[in-house]
Amino acid sequence: MSVECKGINTKQLDEIIQSHGGEKSHLIAMLQKVQEYYKYLPEEAMIYIGSHVEGLSPATVFGVATFYAQFSLEPKGRYEIKVCDGTACHVRGSMPVLEAVKKKINLTDGKMTTENGMFSLETVSCLGACSLAPAIVINEKIYPKMTPDAVTVIIDTLMKENN
Amino acid sequence: MVNLTIDIKKEQEKAREIIKAQGRRILVCASTGCLANGALDLIQRFKDLGADADILTKEDKMSVIPTGCIGFCEQGCLVVIPDRKLTYVHVKKEDVDEIYESLKNNTVVERLLYVDPALNKKIVNNEEMNFYAKQTRTAMKNCGLINPESLDEAIAAGAYSALAKVLEINDPEYVIKEIEDSGLRGRGGGGFATGRKWRSVHRNRGGKSYVICNGDEGDPGAFMDRSVMEDDPNKLLEGMAIAAFAVGADEGYIYVRAEYPLAIKRLKMAIQAAEARNLLGKNIMGSDFSFEIHIKEGAGAFVCGESSALIASIEGERGMPRPKNIHMAEKGLFKRPTLLNNVETFANVPLIILNGSKWFASMGTEGSKGTKTFALTGEVNNTGLVEVPMDTTLRQIIFDIGGGIRGGKKFKAVQLGGPSGGCLTEEHLDMPMDYDQLTKAGAMVGSGGLVVMNEDTCIVEVARFFMNFTQHESCGKCTPCREGTKQMLAILERIVKGQGKMEDLDMLEELGTVIKQGSLCGLGKSAPNPVLSTLKYFRDEYIAHIKDKKCPAGVCKAMKHFEIREDLCKGCTKCARNCPVNAISGSLKEPHKIDQSKCIKCGACIDNCPFKAIITK
Repeated sequence: MSVECKGINTKQLDEIIQSHGGEKSHLIAMLQKVQEYYKYLPEEAMIYIGSHVEGLSPATVFGVATFYAQFSLEPKGRYEIKVCDGTACHVRGSMPVLEAVKKKINLTDGKMTTENGMFSLETVSCLGACSLAPAIVINEKIYPKMTPDAVTVIIDTLMKENN
Repeated sequence: MVNLTIDIKKEQEKAREIIKAQGRRILVCASTGCLANGALDLIQRFKDLGADADILTKEDKMSVIPTGCIGFCEQGCLVVIPDRKLTYVHVKKEDVDEIYESLKNNTVVERLLYVDPALNKKIVNNEEMNFYAKQTRTAMKNCGLINPESLDEAIAAGAYSALAKVLEINDPEYVIKEIEDSGLRGRGGGGFATGRKWRSVHRNRGGKSYVICNGDEGDPGAFMDRSVMEDDPNKLLEGMAIAAFAVGADEGYIYVRAEYPLAIKRLKMAIQAAEARNLLGKNIMGSDFSFEIHIKEGAGAFVCGESSALIASIEGERGMPRPKNIHMAEKGLFKRPTLLNNVETFANVPLIILNGSKWFASMGTEGSKGTKTFALTGEVNNTGLVEVPMDTTLRQIIFDIGGGIRGGKKFKAVQLGGPSGGCLTEEHLDMPMDYDQLTKAGAMVGSGGLVVMNEDTCIVEVARFFMNFTQHESCGKCTPCREGTKQMLAILERIVKGQGKMEDLDMLEELGTVIKQGSLCGLGKSAPNPVLSTLKYFRDEYIAHIKDKKCPAGVCKAMKHFEIREDLCKGCTKCARNCPVNAISGSLKEPHKIDQSKCIKCGACIDNCPFKAIITK
């Protein structure tokens, strides 16, 4: 039976820990699984792992979670928009694309997720899709050769699909 | 000589029979770039028409094969028909029926042929395509020609025959000697002699030791490792297995960036398939040698490309570099002897074993042997992956293979080796891509990223961009790197805002030198390179920003002023609709105005104005 504690599914966490043999060297992989499940790393989940895996502490887990860019301590949106700002994309104009996305989803500075939880936005340093520059990724799908107009159309379509 | 239970030659023959039965092969690039352009739809349409390798019944049989990246990403989707030496570019789903018919009738679909921008002519024969003809593909030989998800295709193309040769000869010394004699140097950035590294790990054999492949290709602008992992994963696995045999390891890790989900998927598939055929795993091909490979996904930290930080990350910790007074060959991963090489380095190994060290050493320059893959991007006509001997010059890469600068603009600079590298100029165009010569000029081969810039690129802004990147990625362990990069970035930000002082230039150089000397790992040691090299070759441009408050390339926003010319504006409202901050106002069919206090100077209005009515001052 699944036990919900402060909104955390401990049974799920136990399964994740066990599937990695309770090895502390698998911490990053465990956190990746947790993030896949919750779309972010809830504080309670980090504390749980920190106190249930030998050799770890909640502080260590928090230290690792905040070190890597992939981990988010805040909930992400249903659509995760990543705008590539690697060198090739930067040279070919990724910044106007980013501004257009911000305007379209109405995101003010400092925030990464929209209030309705539909979109979250971040820049990444390189997707390795340099020949498609500037590129963006929405939930693992790559959109090549973006312009402010094109990206607005894409987000419009996503908004309509969800209405 | 050891007798193996698997005869790789027979396996190869069997695999070749399977491929022969496919009939005419229609290769469709299904790598990241072309997938984004809709390659899967193309493949499905070919299958619907009857070119399905699984259901071959027709007389005129053809098979569509999804392949890895052919490297010519700019022109995707790409369809290649090897037996007719045809390459079709920018192919859409609607074109598939026509291609299929033409193959039956042995005709050519003229409108889909590649047009060479220099010769302005349609290329009917692949061999006449400069992009390929001037390359020497060895590490990437199979990329784009085989289905990366099929072990049979890899075996038919020669995979695992080098490993079989090594296991038959059964002498680690022979392998290490071959690698030493080949002159292979690490392809990940450092350029350390690979053979020497192998020998020092071999010296510490006896107990448990590890082989690690660094697939954390973090340099923005480099994607050759992604290509090998996605397009020919077995070549990497075979290279690692040969290395493990040579140094006496039985366990290996591939550390892959989380940003490369397709690479992770294909590597996992390849490992599983190879283990099922006893080409990896326990007692490989019936020998005493066992080797097991695990995949470790990175979690987004550039510094993890540094060897000791990568090891910390595999151990589940924060990816921070460790002091190197104890060599990794003695105490690396889990405090055991460890060999760490980059993807491209391992990919070179099987061919050196098969063709011999002399063959490899016959290519390149005195100190840099063999071939190297470069990721050609930026303002160049043919972006993509280019593998060339290391004596090839920048000019040959950018102008012959790359087809020159986009839109007929003027070449200004090329940024080499990502955020650790430097900018080179026109005067260096005839320099070979040799490790030592490039380092002397203030750049580096690095991971092989080549970002071409034209006259419209502001060098100071590019230096700021790289400093912003390294500052953000500094792990914070060493004070000069953590604090120094922050200060350098602050100065550069001032300069691009038009608030720089002449003393700033000396301060940048001084800080740069201190950071290089006082940092533990490669990130800090090389972080100032883009600034130092541009200060050396483009000092005038820095001075123009500081003294004249002008950006010669017209890029730096703070020095730009956008205006709408009333005489040209027709009041179409397109600029106002596209302005991301609603700074443009005006009624329909009336000249519009820009509110300078709101304008963020992004240039979206200029790009969208059909009447060229918006000017910058």
